[in-house]
Amino acid sequence: MITEPLILSIKLAAVVSALLFLIGVPLAGWLSITRLRWKFLIEAVVALPIVLPPTVLGYYILVSISPDSILGSMYLDVFGSALPFSFEGLVFASILYSLPFAVQPFLASFESVDPRLSEAAWTLGASRLKTFLTIVIPSSVQGLITGGVLSFAHTLGEFGVVLLVGGNIPGSTRVVSISIYDNVQALEYEQAGQTALTLLVFSFLVLSVVYATNRRVWAIWPKHF
Amino acid sequence: MAKTLLIDIEKIFPDRRVSMRTELDLATSWTVLFGPSGAGKTTILRCLAGLEKPDYGEIRYDGETWFSSNGPSFVPPQKRRIGFFFQDYALFPHLSVRGNIRYNLTGTPASDKEARVEEMIETFGLSGLEERNVRTLSGGEKQKVALARTLCRRPRLLLLDEPFAALDTPSRIRFRKELRALLDGFDIPIILVTHDRTEALSLGDRMIVMDRGMVLQAGPITEVFSKPNQKTTAGIVGMENVFPGTLTEKRDGLALVKVKDVLLEAVDIGLTPGQVMVGIRAEDIILETSEGARSSARNRLHGTIKAVMPEESLVRLTIDCGFPIDALITRESREEMGLEVLTEVTLSVKATVIHLFPH
Repeated sequence: MITEPLILSIKLAAVVSALLFLIGVPLAGWLSITRLRWKFLIEAVVALPIVLPPTVLGYYILVSISPDSILGSMYLDVFGSALPFSFEGLVFASILYSLPFAVQPFLASFESVDPRLSEAAWTLGASRLKTFLTIVIPSSVQGLITGGVLSFAHTLGEFGVVLLVGGNIPGSTRVVSISIYDNVQALEYEQAGQTALTLLVFSFLVLSVVYATNRRVWAIWPKHF
Repeated sequence: MAKTLLIDIEKIFPDRRVSMRTELDLATSWTVLFGPSGAGKTTILRCLAGLEKPDYGEIRYDGETWFSSNGPSFVPPQKRRIGFFFQDYALFPHLSVRGNIRYNLTGTPASDKEARVEEMIETFGLSGLEERNVRTLSGGEKQKVALARTLCRRPRLLLLDEPFAALDTPSRIRFRKELRALLDGFDIPIILVTHDRTEALSLGDRMIVMDRGMVLQAGPITEVFSKPNQKTTAGIVGMENVFPGTLTEKRDGLALVKVKDVLLEAVDIGLTPGQVMVGIRAEDIILETSEGARSSARNRLHGTIKAVMPEESLVRLTIDCGFPIDALITRESREEMGLEVLTEVTLSVKATVIHLFPH
């Protein structure tokens, strides 16, 4: 049965992208306006998952959320269950893993908004927060869509981190990439092929729809006004 | 005590510094910040708006401290209640004309707010364009939307950064006239940044001349033009003789302008009778010592030399002919003609070198 891992993967990717909007937009917004000297350190930390092997990242996440760790024991105390090898643990890991794929497009589009638009809003009495919400965000639709799509696609395709943090529990952590790996290990090529093709077609469709919509948005919305 | 805007600031950049120390009477409606590009005019304007923080000094608006480096205190742009007009308008591209004008109009009852927006649309002749997206407007329309948006919240001070720079020349002339008429109705002090002499003369009451980050001269516009306190200023303003006059009559392509009791003939450039500024370059004035010779120059004035000032290879003469006028001639001419203080001379001025500016 290939639908269960597929649905699990899509669910994970959707939850992670949604949470990444909530975390990534304020983080990128803050990065775009802060004059903090140590900003580059935060940018570097955010970008780490791009260069680190997923196993390295997965290892650190696993250690940091284990019930012996501060974070892991706190979670255990509050929710009564452990993070490793659970769906929630996967969500946590995927957020870290996909963070740069959301934050970087967000940041790039916030920074490309003409600073004079913000200044104009300030002279009209709008606070910095209001300016960000009413001027910067509406002018960054393309970047927001791109960031959302990239984090969704990236989460959908993750393997190494999932294997280390989530393991292979059907219905809970057994996502598409793991099930394909399993099938291949068990020499079930037909099964693996079906799942792989489904994922390929699904990903292609999602990306096509998003890019097509995106393009239409921008054809009537020239950046240089 | 009259309301004043005290500006005493210094802003340091890696490669240059911009400073200004002046006190503006807020009863004066138009103050022109004039100078070549790179003079620091926009930096000063941005400091006044709170978009830039000076490094030293203070800004005080009618006793209210907007910025002070000893304190230190800084009022953010949101709290200054000023209007800032950006060179390229900075209209919000995702909003309609109405959306731009009513942006962040808060603190008033909703009905009041709408009435004000309507009033602005009416005043600026934007009826019919309310729901248009601002990206589809012409340059002149964008300019009006930007002004309406700024004036809708009744600012205490209006800062205009090169408001005509993005327009082509014919619209520039038309909008300049319209702008003055429109803004005079609002009765707010205005500081206008420009590098265009015609614009300065058409709109300014007071003028501050800047170059390389420094104020060279400040004063009533005619005074700055006619009495530049140093050669750099004269070079920048480029016209030493500027006087207010009245265009009384037009005939045969000529405009008759009365300056004090003297009637001058200038080429008619399509101005309507009324107040004008008259500009003549000192080097365009020809001097004669004897009368009677025929000349093609339309204007012949008689006067007495009041001052003689050598300037490199030239000599600057100030002549009183009912009003003071400067003439620039060569040293040789001066020696040959024996021109001294109190010598009586006749000035020949061609109609084509008398420049008229609507005011």
